[in-house]
Amino acid sequence: MRAVLLLALKSAWARRLTLGIALVAIALASALLLAVERVRSDARASFTQSVSAVDLVVGARSGAVQLMLYAVFHSGSATNNMRWESFEALATHPAVEWAVPLSLGDGHRGFPVLGTSAAYFDRLRYGDRQALTFSAGKPFAEVFEAVLGSEVAAQLGYRPGDHITLSHGMAELGPEHADKPFTVVGILAPTGTPVDRTVHVDLAAISAIHLDWAGGAPLPGLAIPAEQVRKFDLQPQEITAMLIGLKSRRDVFRLQRHINGYRGEPLLAVMPGVALDELWQTLATVEQTLLALSALVVAVALAGLTATLLAGLNERRRELAILRALGAGPREIFMMLTVEGLLVTALGVLLGAALLAAGIVALGPLLREYGVHLALRPPTASEWGLVVSILTTGLLASLVPGWRAWRISLADGLTPRN
Amino acid sequence: MTHSVDQAIRIKELTYRWPRQCADCLAISHFAVAHGERVFLHGPSGSGKSTLLALLGGVALPQTGRIELLGQPLTALSAHARDRFRADHVGFVFQQFNLLPWLSARDNVLLPCIFSTRRRERAGDPQQAAARLLTHLDLAPALWQKPAAELSVGQQQRVAAARALIGQPGILIADEPTSALDAPRQQGFIDLLLAETAAANAALLFVSHDIRLAAHFDRTVALADVNCAATEAAT
Repeated sequence: MRAVLLLALKSAWARRLTLGIALVAIALASALLLAVERVRSDARASFTQSVSAVDLVVGARSGAVQLMLYAVFHSGSATNNMRWESFEALATHPAVEWAVPLSLGDGHRGFPVLGTSAAYFDRLRYGDRQALTFSAGKPFAEVFEAVLGSEVAAQLGYRPGDHITLSHGMAELGPEHADKPFTVVGILAPTGTPVDRTVHVDLAAISAIHLDWAGGAPLPGLAIPAEQVRKFDLQPQEITAMLIGLKSRRDVFRLQRHINGYRGEPLLAVMPGVALDELWQTLATVEQTLLALSALVVAVALAGLTATLLAGLNERRRELAILRALGAGPREIFMMLTVEGLLVTALGVLLGAALLAAGIVALGPLLREYGVHLALRPPTASEWGLVVSILTTGLLASLVPGWRAWRISLADGLTPRN
Repeated sequence: MTHSVDQAIRIKELTYRWPRQCADCLAISHFAVAHGERVFLHGPSGSGKSTLLALLGGVALPQTGRIELLGQPLTALSAHARDRFRADHVGFVFQQFNLLPWLSARDNVLLPCIFSTRRRERAGDPQQAAARLLTHLDLAPALWQKPAAELSVGQQQRVAAARALIGQPGILIADEPTSALDAPRQQGFIDLLLAETAAANAALLFVSHDIRLAAHFDRTVALADVNCAATEAAT
């Protein structure tokens, strides 16, 4: 039997050009299907990993998803700010263990700038509750000191001691706070979360660079030099959002109700997990559609395989008759054809996985800018599931030419009819 | 398998009708080829030749009657067992295109040893057996590794003969094996085939429409004489 299979391989090798084309089609289709699944699951993972110790995200009242997107992922923008007094009141709430303010809106060469407190570096957790670590330097201690995410530092080539200026707004060519440069004092280790793409400064610095600004532009005739900002009260009036960690998770619903009914101003508190679930539900239709389309592409590629094998059969009637004369039974002929199709499918899936890996290496950095971290790793259970379904469909697709060859070998016997 | 019987091929009271046809295509009351006998079966196209080959190969079964090869009634065997029997005991040489074009000449000769354990064992060392046969059939060693598709028709037919002979099957069936050869080579090929089957002590059934080739055979039979259906069913 092994020798017969070897013969099938040699025969397939003789037709490697046509089979190769079918194989490439299957490879591309499999790569597409696996990529859709990979992006889907890894996008979820990287989003979920971004906030692993935060119990509540609080901001001015808007949508839960919107609040999560700008507070945690720094994408989009806040419709409203929350007042500093609200932050103070919540931070001192008896159920709250820690609270970190977030102030967004400025940028540095396309990377978001986050004004926060030094507690951010102690409190924020990512992935499986891992703490942030510094690959170089230390947290900021002075007003004009900045801590860079790993990717900011890597892409722009910054090292501790370098000076950077912030720009107003996220546009790369927005108006600059050029008069108040920052010193890079620390660089964070890579986390695979939006932290990597963020410039962190003290909340007071955000107030400082806007002292002589109003309405998004420098006030004409008023320029306060950097060395004099300390004389001013740098307590902000407003912040964008805050992160809260609780002493006990049991209090989460109680505090959430408290915040959502907060009397000082309309606020919204969301549990990150719940908000992300809401986001996934919104995206589920898109995901399903993409998966279905990719599955259809795979089906088309496998139909192409069936067509290729069937078309080849007519030219192989002599081959089949020779094999019959040599003692091959219809069953062996059937098996040779089916194995050939299955083999092409398997090699196609393998090539598709390789293409996906190459694509991740090539396009990974681009996707990271959107907060999706794709890593080279062994397939997940659901990816194995897809591979198995492609192989199963490939087997079904190969049964057709197998069955046809079986019929031909019975009808032709030893003398092929053309 | 024992070979106490004296006939390599024995057909008795056989009728065969292709599916969906109303008349018998073949009706043979008696036909036999002895062990080691070399028989020329003369039959023009349409005389039921390929039907007879299909029956002798065991890929078709007669509606009535018996076919025995080497004492084994084919009708008593399952389809799978008939395939095995054909692989073990019958070598075929066809008109042309006998070879798998993507295999080398030598690998084509070795093919029966893939499908039949018996022939592999009888060949001893199959590689050596193939080399010996190819040398006997006058194929230069330089050609052995060449893909069959690159050989001339004459060379291909000799490779096909070597393949039919490897592992010493008891019966060799040749169906117009010389029709693709030019006249001077035809007789040469037939002489080769006769010599090799004699050396292997195999029975040879040589089927052809060309009666001029019949000269060196032990016996000549006209299919029309044995096939009673031919006169009625001729189209």
